Amino acid sequence: MQSRASLFGGLALLIAAAAAAPFVPPWMLSLATIAFANALVVLGLVVLWRVGLVSFGQALYYCIGAYVVALSARWTGFTDAVALVLIGGIGAGVVAALIGFLLARYREIFFAMLSLALSMILYGVLVKTESLGSTDGFSVETPTFLGYRPHGAALGLTLYWLTLAVDAVAALAVGLYFRSVAGALAAPIRDNEIRVEFLGVSVTGIIHTKVIIAGILGGLGGALAAMSIGHVDPNMAYWTTSGGFVFVTVLAGSGYVAAAFIGSLAFEALRSFAYDVIPQFWQMTLGSALLLTILFLPDGLGSLVTRLKRRRAVKS
Amino acid sequence: MSDAPILDVRNLEKTFGLLVAAHDITVSVPAHQTVGVIGANGAGKTTFINMITGHLTPTKGSIRFEGADITGLPSRDIVRLGISRSFQVAQIFPTLTVFENMAVAAAIAQRKPGLFGNIATPVRSAATDAAADAAIDLFQIGRYRDVVASALPQGVRKLLDIAMAVAGAPRLLLLDEPTSGISIEEKFDLMNVVMAALKTRKITVLFVEHDMEIVATFADRVLAFYDGTVIADGTAHQTLDDPRVQELISGVRLKAGAHA
Amino acid sequence: MLTAFAILTDGLVYAAYLFIVAVGLTLIFGVMKILNVTHGSFYAFGAYGAATAVGIYSNADWPAAVGFLFMLALAMAIGLVMGLILERVLLRVVYGKDEVIIVLVTYATFLILEDVVVLIWGSQSYAAYQPMVAAGNIEIGELVLSNYDIVLVALAASVAALAYWSLKYTRYGRLLTTVIYDRETAAAFGINVTLVFTVTFVIGAMLGALGGAVMAPKISVTLGIGVEVIVLAFAVVAIGGMGSIEGALVGALIVGICRAAAVHLVPQVELFVIYGVMALVLVVRPYGLFVRAQPRKI
Repeated sequence: MQSRASLFGGLALLIAAAAAAPFVPPWMLSLATIAFANALVVLGLVVLWRVGLVSFGQALYYCIGAYVVALSARWTGFTDAVALVLIGGIGAGVVAALIGFLLARYREIFFAMLSLALSMILYGVLVKTESLGSTDGFSVETPTFLGYRPHGAALGLTLYWLTLAVDAVAALAVGLYFRSVAGALAAPIRDNEIRVEFLGVSVTGIIHTKVIIAGILGGLGGALAAMSIGHVDPNMAYWTTSGGFVFVTVLAGSGYVAAAFIGSLAFEALRSFAYDVIPQFWQMTLGSALLLTILFLPDGLGSLVTRLKRRRAVKS
Repeated sequence: MSDAPILDVRNLEKTFGLLVAAHDITVSVPAHQTVGVIGANGAGKTTFINMITGHLTPTKGSIRFEGADITGLPSRDIVRLGISRSFQVAQIFPTLTVFENMAVAAAIAQRKPGLFGNIATPVRSAATDAAADAAIDLFQIGRYRDVVASALPQGVRKLLDIAMAVAGAPRLLLLDEPTSGISIEEKFDLMNVVMAALKTRKITVLFVEHDMEIVATFADRVLAFYDGTVIADGTAHQTLDDPRVQELISGVRLKAGAHA
Repeated sequence: MLTAFAILTDGLVYAAYLFIVAVGLTLIFGVMKILNVTHGSFYAFGAYGAATAVGIYSNADWPAAVGFLFMLALAMAIGLVMGLILERVLLRVVYGKDEVIIVLVTYATFLILEDVVVLIWGSQSYAAYQPMVAAGNIEIGELVLSNYDIVLVALAASVAALAYWSLKYTRYGRLLTTVIYDRETAAAFGINVTLVFTVTFVIGAMLGALGGAVMAPKISVTLGIGVEVIVLAFAVVAIGGMGSIEGALVGALIVGICRAAAVHLVPQVELFVIYGVMALVLVVRPYGLFVRAQPRKI
């Protein structure tokens, strides 16, 4: 839950992350940018996880956001990063709004499976579209920032700071949402949907809203990731991509907004490390980490913080 | 308060395929009349309540609330119009404390319904906290204020369920077996608390019960259900003394502690 | 006309393959309410095992039919062992937890097993085409059909018939059906649900491995085949209804024919069609074609 303390804590982390950037090697900065972009998708998953739903298809919105950026540059030559991120988010949000009419009626496994199916539809369409390079995808043109055209290290820095800025706004917005009636009804709906409905609330409406929020966040993340990676391909919509996001969500837990960002960073670091040091076993590493987290830390890393707090409260 | 009956049900019928769960139900309830509903399991009592509260759509007939037609409306709309219900199995939020349960109900009651209201209203405020505590006091479950709902004894669960149901200030409340699962010694205490609370809030009550003593004590009027329809409708004693009711529902003659 | 016939035969063959793969998945879900992502691993291990078997008997120069049976047997043995180990070691720990948590556990296991494949068989691809070649072709008019495909369809039909018959007419089958309907009540009647779970999971694993084995001669056995098949199997199971064998059959047929039609007529929509059909079915029948909705809760 967002409290004043965690707000200041988050702000401090944000400033630290922004300030550290110029002193960090470019490959690490790029990694962090992608991690913080992906963290937005995870944040969307957290919104859904809190109401008891897991989407195995957030890659749909991620891919939409990414392709909006890539296609805009390719078809119209428009490369402004700030605008494109917004358009990517809105585009994904519109799709989520439409899909939500259907998806909001489902729960549990069926919600997961339907969201999976919808993301695979996009994958299927993209793979078979020759003009978009089918499985190879195509590259994304260098983004510009409201007229500013950086290159090299400056480009990496600007993109990183933009990602942090989007992250900050998203984190704040989601934090506020969690304190609203709609956001706070997550636990009651998860506990007893019928009761909530009989108190006069449209549960389907609330879940529809959450699907849209998660969609927008997915699109924002995909747009930023596309610019950072410099390339888009249909794999961004594949179910294993969705699986990766779910992985981080489990790792992060649903208790704290900041956990999504820290968890995502940890995940990218882990994946990078595994790729470099033990490339044949990176899936095994991830799988084991996921397994251990689920079995021993089912509420994610965030729950460690909760436990620490409780211990401190008991002592004092 | 208008002259229209608070609840006016005409020729209500509900079939599921070939199964006729309820038929030919016509009842008119004036405001502030306490109505008891008796009948064996499967006689159609819960189907009746489910239709009034929008959980089921009637196959035929109409339901009017304070003169307005509410037939077939979804539950959440009916709740917003002023009808609420409690459940045979208390529907509460097991992972939240009693206070948190009430706070949720209070917050929902105090917001403007709809997307904007849901997002723009903070869930906790001084007003909702006060309303939650007031409800907890009214139903005398203050002892359990900070207990997680899954750990509550049955009686408190029932009271919490009812307390949540009235958070939105309904004018009509339907209680589905309020004392089910409660020991015989505690049934009367529970009903006393509930009825006193509802009287304070000026809520009209319709309750389903199997315990004939409870029905006789608290109901002004009793409807007897059998085989999907109402077979007797009068004052408590008229209905309970009706020979058909005694034969089909309550047993041979009304004795102390008789059950259906 | 020829195209129609080609669509039908291609569709049937693809449906046969899908059914064998999906039936194990739907069985496990029906009985244990677990959506088992590891099923993709059973398939992969079955395929790789089949490739190894083909290598063995090709060198030893056995007759093709014997070799084919050996291939199937080895794959199913692998499935048996894997299923047994996974169920006893891993699943026991997570029974009773949230459905979605269990899915994540099976997903994590799947990831781990993907690399175990590399550990055992390395990252190169394998060819196991010998049975397919040995079976030869027959010609019906202008159409050339592979005998292997015919065997595949026959095998799928046999599995379907066997599954149907054993669920209805054997004691064990009826126990299984009871557990599918209501686990708690079944246990209350004295049915050893734990044993039923183990046996079911093992059977499901063997069927998954069998699916991989029969497909091995038709594909290039390489990394990532489990990843593709798992989501196809899900689609079939979702369409047919989780836990329904008839559903898996009908779902496989629908997906098979639709995909064949797409491949022959509008190749661009091949992948889209499968998931599109799944989405469409779920819109109309959220629990699949053959599963009824949930009963009233209040």
